[in-house]
Amino acid sequence: MAERRSADRDGDLPVYLARPGTADQLPRQKYGGLFCNVEGAYESKTIDFDALTVGQRSSRSPRATNREELKPSKHQTNFPSSHSEREAKDTVQIKHAFEKEAPQHLDKSERLLIKGGRIVNDDQSFYADIYIEDGVIKQIGDNLIVPGGVKTIEADGKMVIPGGIDIHTHLQMPFRGTSTVDDFSQGTKAALAGGTTMIVDHVIPEPGSSLVEAFERWREWADEKACCDYSLHVDITHWNDSIKQEVLSLIKEKGVNSFQVYMAYKDLYQMSNSELYEIFTFLGEHGGIAQVHAENGEIIAEEQNRMLEMGITGPEGHVLSRPEELEAEAVFRAVTIGSQTNCPLYVTRVMSKSAADIISQARKKGNVVFGEPITASLGTDGTHYWSKNWAKAASFVTSPPLSPDPTTPDYLNTLLASGDLSVVGSAHCTFSVAQKAIGKDDFTQIPEGVNGAEERMSVIWDKAVVTGKMDENMFVAVTSTNAAKILNLYPRKGRIAVGSDSDLVIWDTDATRTITAKTHHSAAEYNVFEGMELRGAPMLVVCQGKIVLEDGNLHATAGTGRFIPCSPYPDFAYKRVKARKQLAILKAVPRGMYDGPVSEFSPMSRGGTPSASTRTSPTKAPARNFYQSGFTLSGPEEAPIRPAGRRIVVPPGGRSNITSLS
Amino acid sequence: MSGTGYQGKKNIPHLTSERLLIKGGRVVNDDQSLYADVYVEDGIIKQVGENLIVPGGVKVIEANGCKVIPGGIDVNTCLHKPYLGTPPVDDFYQGTKAALAGGTTMIIDHVTPQPGDSLLEAFEKWQEAADKKSCCDYSLHVDIPHWHEGVKEELDQLVQEKGINSFQVYMAYKGLFQMPDSQLYEAFSFLKELGAVVLVHAENGDLIAQEQSKILGMGITGPEGHPLSRPEELEAEAVFRAITLGNRVNCPVYITKVMSKSAADIVTNARKKGSVVFGEPITASLATDGSHYWSKNWAKAAAYVTSPPLSPDPTTPDHLHSLLACGDLQVVGSGHCAYSTFQKAIGKDNFTLIPEGTNGVEERMGFVWDKAVAMGKMDENQFVAVTSTNAAKIFNLYPRKGRIAVGSDADIVIWDPDKIKTITTKAQQSALEYNIFEGMECRGGPVYVVSQGRIVFEEGKLQVQQGTGRFISRKPFPDIAYQRIKYRNKVMSKQGVSRGMYDGPVYDIPATPKYITPAPSAKTSPTTHQPPPIRNLHQSNFSLSGAQIDDNIPRRSGHRIVAPPGGRSNITSLG
Repeated sequence: MAERRSADRDGDLPVYLARPGTADQLPRQKYGGLFCNVEGAYESKTIDFDALTVGQRSSRSPRATNREELKPSKHQTNFPSSHSEREAKDTVQIKHAFEKEAPQHLDKSERLLIKGGRIVNDDQSFYADIYIEDGVIKQIGDNLIVPGGVKTIEADGKMVIPGGIDIHTHLQMPFRGTSTVDDFSQGTKAALAGGTTMIVDHVIPEPGSSLVEAFERWREWADEKACCDYSLHVDITHWNDSIKQEVLSLIKEKGVNSFQVYMAYKDLYQMSNSELYEIFTFLGEHGGIAQVHAENGEIIAEEQNRMLEMGITGPEGHVLSRPEELEAEAVFRAVTIGSQTNCPLYVTRVMSKSAADIISQARKKGNVVFGEPITASLGTDGTHYWSKNWAKAASFVTSPPLSPDPTTPDYLNTLLASGDLSVVGSAHCTFSVAQKAIGKDDFTQIPEGVNGAEERMSVIWDKAVVTGKMDENMFVAVTSTNAAKILNLYPRKGRIAVGSDSDLVIWDTDATRTITAKTHHSAAEYNVFEGMELRGAPMLVVCQGKIVLEDGNLHATAGTGRFIPCSPYPDFAYKRVKARKQLAILKAVPRGMYDGPVSEFSPMSRGGTPSASTRTSPTKAPARNFYQSGFTLSGPEEAPIRPAGRRIVVPPGGRSNITSLS
Repeated sequence: MSGTGYQGKKNIPHLTSERLLIKGGRVVNDDQSLYADVYVEDGIIKQVGENLIVPGGVKVIEANGCKVIPGGIDVNTCLHKPYLGTPPVDDFYQGTKAALAGGTTMIIDHVTPQPGDSLLEAFEKWQEAADKKSCCDYSLHVDIPHWHEGVKEELDQLVQEKGINSFQVYMAYKGLFQMPDSQLYEAFSFLKELGAVVLVHAENGDLIAQEQSKILGMGITGPEGHPLSRPEELEAEAVFRAITLGNRVNCPVYITKVMSKSAADIVTNARKKGSVVFGEPITASLATDGSHYWSKNWAKAAAYVTSPPLSPDPTTPDHLHSLLACGDLQVVGSGHCAYSTFQKAIGKDNFTLIPEGTNGVEERMGFVWDKAVAMGKMDENQFVAVTSTNAAKIFNLYPRKGRIAVGSDADIVIWDPDKIKTITTKAQQSALEYNIFEGMECRGGPVYVVSQGRIVFEEGKLQVQQGTGRFISRKPFPDIAYQRIKYRNKVMSKQGVSRGMYDGPVYDIPATPKYITPAPSAKTSPTTHQPPPIRNLHQSNFSLSGAQIDDNIPRRSGHRIVAPPGGRSNITSLG
C-alpha cells in the first residue's frame, strides 16, 4: 500500500533540488559557518570571482564539462574525464595523486579533500571544498592549499551534509536471555549504510540493578563492536536515593546527559507521577534531559486483559490495547510534569497524530519539549497489524504502536518540517521472527521493536523533502543538527564547519532504491518497509575521516567507534530553563498572624481508623499511601521553621484586625 | 411589579395553599419562551396556557411580564460534609434556605463517606439528616472514597434500590480519596455497566502533594500556597486523563468544578472530538477569581480556599461564561460548602489544613444572569438550560424537574431580570460570617419562588418549613449521557484477525527464574508473568475482578488449526 503510493509520486520530483548550479540562489558565501576561516588559507591565492556568481562556480574546465554533461542525464552515465579513463559508476570519483596508493586501503587514508560539493548545514547551503585531516575538518573554502598525497573526492555539485545522528537505537539489547539480532557491529553497519555516522543507544538496566554497572556493560559491548561514534542514554527503570547518586555520577563523570523514564510497562519500568516529578526535578537541577516513553501503562494493562479475555491474541491486539489516546494522554501528563518542574522534556517515539498535536500545542505555549518521531512512524502505518501473515503482523509490533490511521506518516512529516517535532530517531530494535514468535499465542509477549536505522534518512528525504514539505537545511536539522544540539555535541557533530568531526555524507538526491530484507544490512529477516521505493540515498559516507561507504560497498571496521561523552546543560534546552528559574521564585504574602478563634478539631489519626477526617490535606501520611517513598525532596515537610515571632511585632502595613473581612 | 390576590371567595389565605395560578408571565423553558399562565395543583403543574379554566379559591400570582422559569437545580452542594469532625455551618436547613432564596428549588448533595466506611451507611446517614432538615427537594451523589471488591455490591444496591445514579471519584487527595488510573478504569467500567454518571474531581493529586511539600518547604504557609501548589495545569492534565479513561471505557464523564480556562478548553476539545463529557463550573469560578488568595487579610484569603482553586487569571470568569453560553460547559453548580472563619483557622499555620469550600448556592443563578444574560452572552433559554434543565437531563430528573410543562413538579421561579441586589453577608441566608462575593452587585433575581407547589419566597421573605424536602430518586441510564454510549457499544466491538497458526521456529525462552535476579529480561510486556518486582508501587491487597492476571483463561486457539479461513497459509514467509 504505502509502497505503491510512494511510487505514484515519482513524477513530481522537484528538479531544482537535484540540480546544482541551475536554480541555486546563494550569493553569500560564508565559509566555515560557525567558525572563522582558517588563517592563511586564502593567502597567495587568486580569488575566483566566477565562483561567487550564481550557477557557475568554478572556471576549472574539467569539472565544468562534467557538469554540463551531467545535466541532461541523471546519474548512471558515462562521461569523459580528462583525468581518469575509468568508467565511473557514479558521479563521485576518487582520485589518487600517487598511483601507488591503491584504492583498497581506503580506511588508512587520513587526509581527504572533498571538492565541488554543496555544503548543506541546518542554516545555509553553499559551494565549497572541504579538507579533512586526522578525522577533523580542517579547512572549508575554495582553492584550498592542501598537502600532497591527499585523496580527492569529486562531489560534483552533490549535497555534502553532516552525517546523520540516530538518537534512538537499541542495539544488542538483552531480552529474556537472548538479545536483539543486530549487535553494535551489525547495527552501526546498517546505520552507516544509510548515511548515519553516529548512534545514541539506550542503556536499559534491570529494575533493581545499578545504572553505572549497566552503563559500563554497554560501553564494553559498544567499544568492542561499534563501527561509528556512539553515545548512550541511560534509562531509569526504578528510582531511589542510590539511583539519584548514580545519575549524578553519570552526568558528572560518565558523559551521559539524557535519561529515559517510562510511563508504561506497568509493574516493570513504569514510574508513578510522584516519582516522575522527583526525577524531573532532579534532572532539571543537574542539567539532564528527561526522555519519556509516554503511554499510560495503567490503562494499557487493563485493556490488554480485556483483549485477551475477548480472545484476541494476535498482533492486532497490540494496537487495540494501546490506542493512540493513551499515548496522547501520557504525553500531556509528561508535559505538565515537565513544566511544573521546569525540566526540558524529550518525548521518544511520537507515533500518532494526537500525541504530535499535544507536543506542538505545548511548544506553542512555551514549554521546553522535543518530540522524536521514528522511521517507522514516518514511513509506514499500523494497518499491517491486521495482516493475515502472523510473522509480518508481528514484525510491526513496537510501543507505542504504529497508528492504524494511514494519514499519520504524512502528518508527522509535516510537523517535522514545521519544526514542531525536533529530531528523528529510528528506535532500531530488531528481533528475528523466531524471537517474535515467543508471543505467537499472546500478543503481550511479542518482543517489541522495528528496524529503521538504515532507512531513516532516506525515508525523510523521500517523504518530506521530495514531496516539497521540507527544505534541505531542515532535513539536516532533523536528521543531525538538532540531535547534536540536544546532546550538547554541537558543533562537534551535526555541522560541517572547521573544527568539527569529519562525519559527512555525500547525498545523492536522485538515487532510488527499493527497500528489501534481502539487501539491507540489518541481520533481521524482515523489514517493515519491505518493497518501498525511496528516493535519496548516501553515495559516499565519511566517518571519522575515513571513507566507509563507497559505490555501495561498506568498509566498516568493528571497534573503531568512540564513545562521545555528552555534557550537561545543553544550551538548546537549558537556556530558556535557566532564565525561567530566575523568574519563577514564589513568595509568601507577609500578613499579621491570625488571632481569631480556631475551631476544635480531632487530630488526624495515623494508621488507625480515620473516623471523622474528611477532606484533609494530601501531604499527611494516610492509611494507604501507594506512593510513599523513603525520602522527601525538601526535607521534613512537617515543621518549616519560620520567623513567625518577628511578624507579630510590627506587621507590614500596621496591625490589622485580621479576623474581620474587608 | 407583581401582586397576589385571591380569586373568588376570599377565605383561604393559608400558607398550605395547594392551588396556585401564575398569571401574565413569560414561561421560559430551555427550548422556547411563550406568554402563558401556569396552574398548579397538589405540587404539580396541571395546566399551561392562556385563559385557563381554574377552580375557585385559587391563589393568583401576578407575574406582570416577569420570566416564569423552572426552579434551579444545584448539582453540587456539600451541606453535611464534616471536616475533621466539625460539620459545615450550613446544614441542610440553612443551605436549602439559602438555595430557595436564590431561586434554586432542588439540590443534589454529595455523600462523602470516609475510606473504609460503608457507602450505604453513609448514604442513609445523609438521607436521614436531609429528610429532617431539608426545605426543598433533594437528591444525593455518593462519593467513592476507595475502590475495592465490596464497593461493587454497595454501588449496585445504591443504583437498583436507592435511586442514586451518580458517583464521584477523586483524582486528587493523595493517600485519602485518590485512585490510581487502573482503579479509575475499573470504577468507570463498573459504573458504566450500572448506567451511572461518573463525576470526577479532576486534579493530579500526586503532583499536588509534591508541590505542597515544596511550597511548605519554602516557608509559604498562607492561603496563597493553595493556588501555588495547585496550578491550573494540574487540573487540565487530570481532566484530559479522565476524558481519556472515559473514552477507553466508553463511559460518560462529568467533570465537577471546572475552575480554569485550560480545563474548560480541554472539555471543549474533547466534546468536539465526540467524547461524552460534561463540565460544571461553579458559582465561585464564574463570578470571582483567585487574586484574593494574596489578600493581606488571612481570613479573607482563606475564605476562597476551594479545590481546584480559583484561577488567579482575572479573565477566567468571562471565558467560562462564554463556554457556558455556547454549550461547551453544561451545568452550573455552586460547590457550596460553608466553613466558618473559625473552622478555616484550623489551617492558619499550614494552608494544606484549611478546610476547602466556598459559598455560592444563593448567588448561583443571579451571577449567571448578571454575567452572561445581562451581558448579552446568553439568552434566557440557555440560562434555563444551564441552571436547571441540563442538570435534570444528566441526572435523569427530566421532565419531572427542569421544565415547566403539564405534569412536571411545581418548582417554579418568577424571575425579575431587572432586580438589582448587592451581595452582603448581612442579607444572606447562609450562616457564614463572610461571603466571597461581598459587595458585588448582581442584576436579576427571584421575586417568587414556588417549591412543591407552595410559595416559599415572596417579596424577599422566606416561608419555609424544615423537613418538607423529599428525596428524589433517580433512575440509571440517563438518555442524554447513555444514548450515544449504547450505540457506540454496538459499533465498537473488536474482533481478532483469524490467521493460520504460526508454525515457524520459536525462540526458546528460559523459564523465568523466580526470585533469582532476573538478569537478562529487558523490554518485556507489561502483563508477563514476571516475579513480582522489587517495588510494586500499586500493589494492594485486593483485586477487582477476581484473578485479573490472565493466566487461567482458556483460549480458544485449538479449533483454529483445523481449518483456518482462507486455507492453510505458509505463515513464516513474509510477503
